[in-house]
Amino acid sequence: MLKLITPFMQIVDVPMRALQGLLGPRRLAWVFLLPNLFVFGFFTFLPVILNFFYATTGSDHILLQDRPFVGMTNFGQLMNCQSYLDPNTCQIDVFWRAVHNTLWFIVLQVGFMVVFSMITALILNRKIRARGFFRAVFFFPVLLSPVVVALVWKWILQDQGALNAVLDYLGYPTVNWLLSPTWAFAWSIFLSVWFHMGFYTLILLAGLQAIPRDVYEAAAMDAASPWRVFRKITLPLLMPTMVVVMVLALIKGVQTFDEIYAFTGGGPGSATTLVIQYIYQNGFSAAPRLFGLASAASILVAIVLVALTAVQLWITRRNANG
Amino acid sequence: MSDLELRGVTKAYGAAQVIKGVDLHVAQGEFCVFVGPSGCGKSTLLRMISGLEPISGGEVRIGGEVVNHLGPAERGLAMVFQSYALYPHMTVRQNLSFGLENLRAPKSEIAERVTAAAQMLQIDKFLDRRPKDLSGGQRQRVAIGRAVVREPRIFLFDEPLSNLDAELRVEMRGEISRLHRRINNTMIYVTHDQVEAMTMADKIAVLRDGRLEQFGRPLDLYNTPDNTFVAGFIGSPRMNFFKGHVRGGAVTLDAGTTVPLPAGKFQLAEGAAVTLGIRPNGMKPGNAGLPLTVASVERLGGESYLYGTAPDGTAVTVHSPGQTRIEPGTQIALALDADDAHLFSTDTTRSLLRKDA
Amino acid sequence: MTPFLTRTRGRQRLHWTDWLAYAYLCLGVLLMFGPVLWLVISSFKTERELQHYPPRLLPYVQKMEKVPGYSDPLPVFKVTAGPLAGQEVAQVRRIGIVSQVVRPDAPQTIVKVPIKDRKPVEHVALATSNYAKLFKRFNFFQFFYNSTFITVVATIITLLINSMAAFALSKYDFRGRGTVMALIIGTLMIPPTVVLVPLFLIVRDFGMIDTLWGVIIPGAATPTGVFLLRQYMLTIPDEILDAARMDKASEWKIYWRIILPLSAPALAVLAILSIMWRWNDFLWPLIALQRQEHFTLQLALNSFRGEFNTDWASLLAMTVLTLVPIVAVFAFLQKYIATGIASTGGK
Ligand SMILES: Nc1ncnc2c1ncn2[C@@H]1O[C@H](COP(=O)(O)OP(=O)(O)OP(=O)(O)O)[C@@H](O)[C@H]1O
Ligand SMILES: [Mg+2]
Repeated sequence: MLKLITPFMQIVDVPMRALQGLLGPRRLAWVFLLPNLFVFGFFTFLPVILNFFYATTGSDHILLQDRPFVGMTNFGQLMNCQSYLDPNTCQIDVFWRAVHNTLWFIVLQVGFMVVFSMITALILNRKIRARGFFRAVFFFPVLLSPVVVALVWKWILQDQGALNAVLDYLGYPTVNWLLSPTWAFAWSIFLSVWFHMGFYTLILLAGLQAIPRDVYEAAAMDAASPWRVFRKITLPLLMPTMVVVMVLALIKGVQTFDEIYAFTGGGPGSATTLVIQYIYQNGFSAAPRLFGLASAASILVAIVLVALTAVQLWITRRNANG
Repeated sequence: MSDLELRGVTKAYGAAQVIKGVDLHVAQGEFCVFVGPSGCGKSTLLRMISGLEPISGGEVRIGGEVVNHLGPAERGLAMVFQSYALYPHMTVRQNLSFGLENLRAPKSEIAERVTAAAQMLQIDKFLDRRPKDLSGGQRQRVAIGRAVVREPRIFLFDEPLSNLDAELRVEMRGEISRLHRRINNTMIYVTHDQVEAMTMADKIAVLRDGRLEQFGRPLDLYNTPDNTFVAGFIGSPRMNFFKGHVRGGAVTLDAGTTVPLPAGKFQLAEGAAVTLGIRPNGMKPGNAGLPLTVASVERLGGESYLYGTAPDGTAVTVHSPGQTRIEPGTQIALALDADDAHLFSTDTTRSLLRKDA
Repeated sequence: MTPFLTRTRGRQRLHWTDWLAYAYLCLGVLLMFGPVLWLVISSFKTERELQHYPPRLLPYVQKMEKVPGYSDPLPVFKVTAGPLAGQEVAQVRRIGIVSQVVRPDAPQTIVKVPIKDRKPVEHVALATSNYAKLFKRFNFFQFFYNSTFITVVATIITLLINSMAAFALSKYDFRGRGTVMALIIGTLMIPPTVVLVPLFLIVRDFGMIDTLWGVIIPGAATPTGVFLLRQYMLTIPDEILDAARMDKASEWKIYWRIILPLSAPALAVLAILSIMWRWNDFLWPLIALQRQEHFTLQLALNSFRGEFNTDWASLLAMTVLTLVPIVAVFAFLQKYIATGIASTGGK
């Protein structure tokens, strides 16, 4: 490995040596930072700033100079609802449908995810045979690509697929799963939990294993019942990890797009359209390209994410200190 | 190989003045030890000499040439670090040759010098091992070897033995001394262990709080300390200090005893507040003299130490050869040997010894 | 319910909670592994077999036999009724509901058999026809190349520039370091998903839209990477760097001869994460790449959906080929990945 990169590094050494002579070792730090800052600057900071320009201008032109200033109109349109509880009363009903979908999606997804990863982690934390194998089994979907995951389940759920065949065999009526709005949504949540569960299981398992054994031994000396041990020791000590898991799952839940888009395409109708897909469709797939609305919506999402991340950082810091 | 000169060297981290003007001349081939309490700036001064730490003021000269503006590599020095700082991912051989490769020395010369240094330090058997597969003493040798192969003008050591156990420390101490006699380079050695300083040094520089307190040969520092700090720092156990005043050619201690002083040895001003310093072996339990309440006794077999307090509350340590019968809790009287006494001004803490005497 | 929630139990005989635990785990294996396995098995079925309803668990192929006088091998059937009942025959052609067959030992005499009176002779075998078709009909290698190029180049760039930044942030004390750190923490909160529109404009202005570089560059500086590496580099003692400086090494040389080798474990974790992100990346390539010849495997898989009215035969084969590399790489590095992902929060 070192041999491979040596020639390249030696070539770079020449200008770097010259710069070191010029700047001194301390200011050379900026040279080391430069490539990273360049990429950060152009592809993260600048977009954040420009996002506000897009959100406050109209038309379907991409170039900023062609876009007339419209102030808060885009936000106004997005928020123009008689009742936020009923997307049909909103000016941009698709957006609000996506918001509703996303809210339901994350509530259910995070709920199931936490419950199932908790159960799995508790079981994997027992003295079981082949623990490594079982842990890998639950973890491996995390490695798969969202598109692959979507296709795996589509193949099972398709009209003539394995699931319907089993139902048929057992004498139940078959269902065209992905053509029913309710089922499509339910399966989307299932798929998402299936996909990400291993990751949270792993974190919880690490949290469980960090609980010192002697605490349990002390509880055993106190003749605590298993249920009490779980309630009074395991759960409280695992709480910080649980909270981290929950916030992380929320942050990722809000950003869900890939697997659901590849799974249902947002359909049937807009039954499984999530917020990020709304942004994608407005900006990049459907004509006219309403960049302003897309940017305004993404700013709203960003606000939620920043708030969630702030909570997360606060919690991690508090955990680290306490 | 060259001499080292510091002229008014200072160092400040922001507002914090860490080195407050040090003047020092280490002659070619001398083994110079920096000692001082923790945090006094020994390492900082050494790193300023090495070029790793920029100099805030003053001049560092090596071989007569000002090197302030030169980087660590260009000064032609080598340094042995407290934690050895071996490159963990390289074998011993690679560790030794890394510096020479950077100097673009020919391969054959590198091999030759590495072999020679390895043989001298008896690490030639481990040349293809990684540092983690070596014992502490072996690692220390590699760290020294890394400095030796460079054939530097000056060797710098920053507490190189502090990570070793007591026995190994004594052994390596001898080894470094032998190395010095053999290659006879200028060496600067930082330690806070005054035994190391006394046994190894040609010259000792005592530092306190960023200032040079005294610079000289070990026994000169022991026999004629410039001030109470050096007097207390050099020598173990510590020198005893008694406050008192000059009364007609003698010192009347606050503890009540009067100690006559050798005539003409000290600059005496009638009534001046002075501090009398006497090492633990300059006092003997006797029939008359300074009263002492013995608090505890350390019996080491061949010698004993008495710890107690004088009437004015001064803590006193007394060395007594052989095995003593004195029990803790008894009152004894101490005979002070005025010839061994040191006298300091209480106000300036400086020695009152006449230089011309 | 209760004892199975705790772990401190001796190694006596299996308690009923142990049985429950193993039952859960076995169900888990079925649910987590089953679907993927099913997909892999299905990809080795012939197109005919894929149409079969209800689907059969194992891939079957029909027995084919070479009959003298016919250039291609002929499918073999077993006749279930009529004069030839119980015999194996080779079908020459089929006209409506009548099948013209020959007996292998008498290839000249053509016999007519109603198709309801014959059954294909099948055996379990892996059919590779889907894969062959994938290579012949579609630009699979192009997609594979694009994905590989993006993954490899992006990972190299990510490792290089993030380790350089981490080195600067961990080993130098310079004015503005705090600001840079704060900015990088800030970017943790802004995932690319919420800046798609302006990102598109900027990448377009750089002339990188619809090029592989347009996918590679924007994500190359990851805050996660910088943090991970910085945290690790902080554990490398500064004295080693000082020793190297005394050894006349330039700062760049210190970076690549000392810091990089010593950070190898952290670099490995970042490399694994980067490979995973890049190989599986979807939304940004979906926006940045437009022409099909630039598609990654993920985009190609996604585009199969509508375009061919779901050509499952090719799609299944392609899905398998997409997931095999990543699963193969990670089967060996399981431990690293698990720790890596757990320690960084995955993204
Ligand atoms: N980067 C820095 N910024 C501010 N102050 C510093 C810095 N480095 C060292 N100091 C201060 O400089 C003083 C001298 O430190 P130095 O490391 O030289 O002490 P030392 O004599 O080597 O002590 P020790 O025997 O414990 O190694 C200390 O008070 C320390 O707090
Ligand atoms: Mg020090």
